[in-house]
Amino acid sequence: MRDSLIPAPIALIPWRLILLVVAIGVFGLVILYSAAGGSLKPWAEPQGVRFIVFLLGAILLSRVPEGYIKAVSFPIYGILLVMLLVVELFGIVGGGSQRWLDLGFIRIQPSELMKPVIVLVLATFYEQLPASESRRFTAIWPAAILIGLPAALVLLQPDLGTAMMIVAGGITITFLAGLPLRLYVGGLALFAAGMPLALGLMHDYQRNRVLIFLNPESDPLGTGYHISQSKIAIGSGGLFGKGFLNGTQSHLDYLPEGHTDFVFATMAEEWGLMGGLFLIAAFLLVVNWGIRVSLRAKTRFGQLAAAGLATTIFFYFAINLMMVMGLAPVVGIPLPLVSFGGSAMMTVLLCLGLLMAIDRNSRLPG
Amino acid sequence: MKRANRIITEQTQGFTFTRRAMLLGGMQVAVGGVLATRMAWLSIAENERYRLLAESNRVQLILIPPRRGWIVDRHGRPIANNRTSFRVDLIPEQLRDRGPVLASLREMLALDEEEMQRINDDLDKAARYQPVPVAENIDYEHYAAVTVRMAEEPGVAPTSGNARFYPAGAAVGHLTGYVGAASPKQYEETHDPLLITPGFKVGKDGLERTMESILRGKPGARREEVTARGKLVRDLETRPDTPGGTLHLTIDAGLQEYAARRLGSNSGAVVVIDCQTGDLLAMASMPSYDPNSFSDGISHSEWNMLSADDHLPLVNKVLQGLYPPGSTSKPMTALGLLEAGIDPDAKVNCTGAYRVGNSFFHCSKRGGHGPINLANAIKVSCDIYFYHFGVVAGINALAPMARKLGLGAEFPLPVTTQRYGTVPDPAWMERKYHKSWSTYDTVNTSIGQGYMLVNPLQLAVMVARIASGRAILPNMVQKTRKTAPPLDVSAEHLEFVRNAMSSVVNGGGTAGVARLPVDGVLLAGKTGTAQVRRITMAERRRGVLSNSALPWKYRDHSLFICFAPVASPRYAAAVIVEHGGWGASVAAPIARDTITWLYDKNKAMDRLLALEADWGGDIVTRMNAKAVAWRAAKAAEGNSIASPGDADDDA
Repeated sequence: MRDSLIPAPIALIPWRLILLVVAIGVFGLVILYSAAGGSLKPWAEPQGVRFIVFLLGAILLSRVPEGYIKAVSFPIYGILLVMLLVVELFGIVGGGSQRWLDLGFIRIQPSELMKPVIVLVLATFYEQLPASESRRFTAIWPAAILIGLPAALVLLQPDLGTAMMIVAGGITITFLAGLPLRLYVGGLALFAAGMPLALGLMHDYQRNRVLIFLNPESDPLGTGYHISQSKIAIGSGGLFGKGFLNGTQSHLDYLPEGHTDFVFATMAEEWGLMGGLFLIAAFLLVVNWGIRVSLRAKTRFGQLAAAGLATTIFFYFAINLMMVMGLAPVVGIPLPLVSFGGSAMMTVLLCLGLLMAIDRNSRLPG
Repeated sequence: MKRANRIITEQTQGFTFTRRAMLLGGMQVAVGGVLATRMAWLSIAENERYRLLAESNRVQLILIPPRRGWIVDRHGRPIANNRTSFRVDLIPEQLRDRGPVLASLREMLALDEEEMQRINDDLDKAARYQPVPVAENIDYEHYAAVTVRMAEEPGVAPTSGNARFYPAGAAVGHLTGYVGAASPKQYEETHDPLLITPGFKVGKDGLERTMESILRGKPGARREEVTARGKLVRDLETRPDTPGGTLHLTIDAGLQEYAARRLGSNSGAVVVIDCQTGDLLAMASMPSYDPNSFSDGISHSEWNMLSADDHLPLVNKVLQGLYPPGSTSKPMTALGLLEAGIDPDAKVNCTGAYRVGNSFFHCSKRGGHGPINLANAIKVSCDIYFYHFGVVAGINALAPMARKLGLGAEFPLPVTTQRYGTVPDPAWMERKYHKSWSTYDTVNTSIGQGYMLVNPLQLAVMVARIASGRAILPNMVQKTRKTAPPLDVSAEHLEFVRNAMSSVVNGGGTAGVARLPVDGVLLAGKTGTAQVRRITMAERRRGVLSNSALPWKYRDHSLFICFAPVASPRYAAAVIVEHGGWGASVAAPIARDTITWLYDKNKAMDRLLALEADWGGDIVTRMNAKAVAWRAAKAAEGNSIASPGDADDDA
């Protein structure tokens, strides 16, 4: 079925996925062009350059053998943990929250990279764990430590959204690895019961965000302003939107963070429900492709890692959309490939590169 | 645990993974469905609501204060109009950094320390929504500077609009009242956003207040597209304002101003009325305040100066000043006597004193007039005649006549307050003091002293009714006039009193000074000198002190009532000069010149200009000089309140 005229390396690239990702990315650039008032600067242009670079990087990454990825996952996990610690110490010295590590030539956000790496390191761990042990305590405690350490450090930054995503990504792997189902049912019950306690331990601004999420109209000009204005932008867009460059909420600055976390609202105001359904469908297709890669994977590492990476991408877009539509508190998760900013784009394209590598591995003959 | 014994192979592990991965994928699709549904709910079901919210974000409605209706006189001359003005306000609730903003405004507008203090005080106590004026009536250059340099500063509102202007200034202060920003209470009651629009003013006193509904008009509106920071993007549409209606008064602006100027530095009032129709031609009360400076917002020191002045510039004496009418009540008393059947030829021997019980009442002329009849008693103002026949006819003949001629009455006029005084009679005495009426009281009432109190408007109405024989009612606004019914008094008796009043002026009576310098026009009048202190027997033995020997506030009030021409009465007037002394000396010349103005403006103006040269200039010049003197005195004495120097004299 494979056309012999096309060389194997090119034929092995999942072109339909690339096309989908490029469609999302280009749509993102169009939105950023509008958010800047009809200008390539200051957002669309650097974002476009970044997109091309990271996408090429992802395609290159797809050629790395699965075994190599498996081999480096633990060392990279260790390095990121050290970096998180350093960031934390800088934060204490510098005062206030610190997320970046400036290495001179590049600024690295270790918490962001931890999202895919936690998936890789757990997938490695469960592949090495003998099947007979998978319902024992030895299947749980190392995973708990692997998840708990980075999550705790990120929470201290404090970055609630990223910490939640690390924990959720890790737990997804343990679930797929076959840990007893009752753990998850019980955990869910505990989570519901523990919410009030969690609220008590949160920083003031975090607690405010949660409380105002529950009743945004209680503070329409304060912290609830973000959610209220975002809902107005989305709701006023209607079915087909107000038209390209015609959004008033974004162009007159009523919508805060209209080019970063709330870029979806900027889009929805101008493109309406149709634009929204396009993005939701596109992301679901990408995530679904990732799940299908995991089902096709020949190794246990490939299965767990692929499903986990796909879920990481899912968490990004699902949490962001829930946030901008008033279904979740404002936790600062950007919409990948669309929001202005390099970190989330790099992470998501890293996930996709790894997924393509696993896909390639399972499609390689013999 | 039996489950723990289950054997897990790599194959069962693979099945578990496939099941769970498919469950996970399904859940992800389900969440995607929830997100799509939520978005559809927001953008379709709630679209209408959010569309409105986005619109109300984007569009700001700016009210355009309506141009206030003019107040014009009977000839259409403006008494109150509008002129373009530029102003700067601060909106406390939008203001971010008060310190730097005030500092740069101070520098740009050259505000002094007192102004800065006031602005700070106002900002501290003003309601958050209430605009605080920084400067009003600034010139265009300053306005433009603020507009350019503070355009993006929230809470700084430079506006161009209309300011109220009263061309005659203080001369019409009490008549028109003034305008000012609406009080927080007014806003709380209606929540009308117009009331807190910078530059919008409501009537605060006088006609401006009572005729507010006619003068206000309807605001226009401008829809603007603004950013979240309040920066204007563009104007969307503008609906012009509907100006307030013009108020046509019966007042003659020229006469009003003349009368006010003619009062000079005296504390007093002049009322001129058309005695056939009741149209009020002039209602001057002096000293007054300048409604222009009141409408711009008055400073603390200006207010203190006006409050401390013993000539009461804040009181409209035409309506709120109550005085014993003194001898000006004699024509009225005479009518009462005639109607009661007293023979006008019956004589009384005036010896200079009249005894009631143990008290002696004295005549205005020491030594008495000798035998005297009614006509002469009016002409030379003999008190003894009126004591005698007043007692003969009784209070029940006098009090009803006073009421018939308008004393004690509150007239249907668009004014804020009217004090209507007292016409005493036995029933009133019982009600008020729980005392019975005595002869002593009748004697006092017969010459307009004692409990009798009238305001200058009532005096003017009284003389107008005597002059015309009609029960005219005073009116200030054109087209509210009603035809007045004839007065229920015998025409013959009215004629008798009118002739007697003519001889007061033209027949060698007490007010020869009031003869008009106009050929063919005779003026009839009556003087009055109302005592404000009790003269003791001891003082009477030593010799009654002359007015000029007394402190100002113990001197007699000087009154004069008149009408002209005698042959067919057209104008009636009443003049009161507080503590002016003898009626003929102060009030009568003012009345004469005012009536002269109606017939010969040049002659009247020549006379006034000569007087004003002596007084130290016209009203504006004198008020400014007074303000300067006040500030100098304040500066010299520190914070103690000094009273302004008495500028009055016996004219």
